[in-house]
Amino acid sequence: MSNDLKWNSTEMMTIAAARSLQNEMICFVGIGIPSTAAILAKSMQAPDLFLIYESGTINTNPQKLPLSIGDGELANQALTVVSMPEIFNYWLQPGRIDMGFLGAAQIDKFANINTTIIGSDYSNPKVRLPGAGGAPEIAGACKEVVIILKHSPRAFVEKIDFITSLGFGDGPGSRESAGLLGRGPSAVITDLGVLKPDPETCELTLVQLHLGVSIEQVRENTSWDLKVAPEITITAEPTEEELAKVRALVQSSRTVVRA
Amino acid sequence: MHVNDGDTIALEGFTHLIPFAAGQEIIRQKKRELTAIRLTPDLIYDQLIGAGCVAKLIFSWGGNPGVGSLHRLRDALANGWPRAIEIEEHTHAGMTNRYVAGASGLPFAILRGYAGTDLLTKTQNIAQIDSPFGNEKLLAVAALNPDVTIIHAQQADRKNNVMSWGILGSSKEAIFAAKKVIVTVEEIVDEFEPRHSSVIIPEKLITALAVAPRGAWPSYASGYYERDNDQYIAWDEISKERDSFENWLNDQIFSGGSN
Repeated sequence: MSNDLKWNSTEMMTIAAARSLQNEMICFVGIGIPSTAAILAKSMQAPDLFLIYESGTINTNPQKLPLSIGDGELANQALTVVSMPEIFNYWLQPGRIDMGFLGAAQIDKFANINTTIIGSDYSNPKVRLPGAGGAPEIAGACKEVVIILKHSPRAFVEKIDFITSLGFGDGPGSRESAGLLGRGPSAVITDLGVLKPDPETCELTLVQLHLGVSIEQVRENTSWDLKVAPEITITAEPTEEELAKVRALVQSSRTVVRA
Repeated sequence: MHVNDGDTIALEGFTHLIPFAAGQEIIRQKKRELTAIRLTPDLIYDQLIGAGCVAKLIFSWGGNPGVGSLHRLRDALANGWPRAIEIEEHTHAGMTNRYVAGASGLPFAILRGYAGTDLLTKTQNIAQIDSPFGNEKLLAVAALNPDVTIIHAQQADRKNNVMSWGILGSSKEAIFAAKKVIVTVEEIVDEFEPRHSSVIIPEKLITALAVAPRGAWPSYASGYYERDNDQYIAWDEISKERDSFENWLNDQIFSGGSN
């Protein structure tokens, strides 16, 4: 990315993700950049965004970035705090959540994601990742899912090492035959641009570039032969207000957040 | 104490009210061959695993929240240090429903879960079943019934009833699912005051109770102290190498350090 921009690529990714949230949506949020983006959206265009975290905090309005999914800030700022069976069985499972905001370690062209292992042997992986957490059911049951992760050839791979959460499986019909209620991923927002599933093939297609990024750069950071939409839009540059707010949020956590 | 070698234990509390003092007492008493259940192993099970107490871990998200990896868990899995451990990994929805089944006296619970994921072929104690009332495929997850569930709460009264508030995760379910329940509390009070998002655990459900001020540190106890995020960050360094971990173990646990 060119050095004369007034923001870095992580800030751009976070701001692009925040813009995808609409006011009054019910949004199920993971920790890290998804959380930064959701809190930013709530302070911008979506003040009535209804945020839910898997720790049981309902309609929470955190003023600083939580380090963990169950920080006191999330509970103190919540309308109510409920048990985990209530979160997963009553809120998530029947399809009450509009939007799920997820991160990932690996993703493939059908937006299946891996947060479990790197390496082909489950019993002896090269790298052991944290695992599933709430993601498989969030990916399954939310009406729509947005995945946020940084572009790199190691993350955007032809075949992921473990399907932790289903995107579109191996193409059209996979979600339906797995019995999932939600429509699945609607966008993958990265530090370089935005990919969306093709309405017919479900394959992730580059539709949007952040300012200063080339198609070639995205291709170099994607391990499969990336499809590119005939018309590419350019992400509007971050406003002063968005940048100030995202920086204040990151400052408030005093640490590097997990991407 | 109520924990025996070979027991199945569940130290619950989701990010909040993690029973660190009780867990560290298990290390001090050199319990062995434990099957350890927790949705998020967190630092407490990283410590138990590094100390060689655990033979099997049943969990759904094994990271250091907001920081990164659990190094002792990873070392045990990759190198069998200090001993090999077996893992059984689920999703948060799966684990919480397994406690619900255990609490309800049923052999299994049913959910829409794990659909389309590789967990279906890698994880024990789950089975896809046909709905008896339609054509849907659903997931059955086997009940969890720990020999001992241990939780930390804010207060007990003079009759050993317990009051807890804030994020409770799956604690209530883990209590009802267990054969024995041990509770540590911040303090004993004459009378409970009404609180936002609180629950009362009647003494009938409790096998043993102990006062352990700051017993959830470095997690937190709403109304008493905040989550010590710096300590979670420091754990990354302490736990990274076997030497630094063993120094911590000797200084903070076996030498009677009160950390």
